[in-house]
Amino acid sequence: MAIKVRKPGLSTSIQDLGRPGYFHLGIPEGGAMDRAALRVANMLVGNDEGAAGLEAVFMGPELEFQEDTWVAVTGATMPILLDGEPREGWTSFPVRKGQVLSFGFLKEGARIYIAIAGGIDTPAHLGSRSTYVIGALGGLDGRPLAADDILPLGKAGDAAARQVDQALLPAASQPVELRVLPGLYWHRITEASQERFFDEEWTVAPEADRMGYRFRGGSPMEFVPREQPFGAGSDPSNIVDGCYSYGSIQVPGGTEPIVLHRDAVSGGGYFTIGAVISADMDLIGQLQPNTRVRFVKVDMETALAARKERRARLQTIRDALAAT
Amino acid sequence: MPDIQSPLPGTFYHAPSPESEPFKKAGDAVAPEDTIGLVEVMKTFIEVKAEISGTFDGFVAGNAEPVQAGDVLAKVT
Repeated sequence: MAIKVRKPGLSTSIQDLGRPGYFHLGIPEGGAMDRAALRVANMLVGNDEGAAGLEAVFMGPELEFQEDTWVAVTGATMPILLDGEPREGWTSFPVRKGQVLSFGFLKEGARIYIAIAGGIDTPAHLGSRSTYVIGALGGLDGRPLAADDILPLGKAGDAAARQVDQALLPAASQPVELRVLPGLYWHRITEASQERFFDEEWTVAPEADRMGYRFRGGSPMEFVPREQPFGAGSDPSNIVDGCYSYGSIQVPGGTEPIVLHRDAVSGGGYFTIGAVISADMDLIGQLQPNTRVRFVKVDMETALAARKERRARLQTIRDALAAT
Repeated sequence: MPDIQSPLPGTFYHAPSPESEPFKKAGDAVAPEDTIGLVEVMKTFIEVKAEISGTFDGFVAGNAEPVQAGDVLAKVT
């Protein structure tokens, strides 16, 4: 028993929490861009938090259910329709065989997560069902969903009517603040340029995707002059190849910062000025093009405290849902 | 007057390329399957279909301007 894809949306893909452990071989972790939203969607329908669901960016898919089941939609705010009747987000609801789930226009955020009781049961590759499109790995033949695809479902667990208290969800500020820990090549730009990076407002470029989020609107970086080392390209933003981390910020040509996200490459020849802290990476997965953003400088202590706080918030949701 | 709305956020274009004529001009007939513009996002151009019939009244969203999902792109009478 399964789900039939009637319309795929813009780019809807099967995602779980990813495949850690292969980044050194050039295979990114992948998985949901907003990990907390996928976890909560799974909790709502009684799945393991790492079960595979659907990530749909900017536009929802249209899905026909071939069996009775439970569904929850989290993440971005987008009208949810079951046979044309509205359903609430962050809430599990029953779906009967033959019913059709569809979506209205995106209102806030960028990506919705659709969890179905039992999870999507496509074969795991390197320990994950996540779709890595550039590498044609995972998901359904390593590609986004297409019309007429059939998505197999796993065995449902403890599905029931559950709802997340909206007060437990983080509210995004305007402009969105992304906390940054300066990194390895921070010294390559001048002090004035370092200050400008944090003082100026940036906006999300339309090219932003699962590999990286590009930002524009701020001043070009001003480099500390040096003779380029052997093996580095001639542009001052080039280095002798280095490793990139999830969240690291590269600035090709010193113009537009790119925050590397779930499907990013693991290394290359651009300097990285630092990294967005892990606690704020889910937030990036919900940014629409042209959203205003500020980068905020933090130290390691603040980054670790933010991660702890984020985990505690998720635990509160987990506890609240377990009690229902 | 029915509106054609953007199905997604991105950058709206009136023509298939900078050198081309716009997809529609005021007074042109519109059929549901006609493309009236493109929205660019994530390095992809998505054709916006009219989905209604009538006469093209004009673009509301500017060429190469950012749009949000649900924004009115053009009017048809």
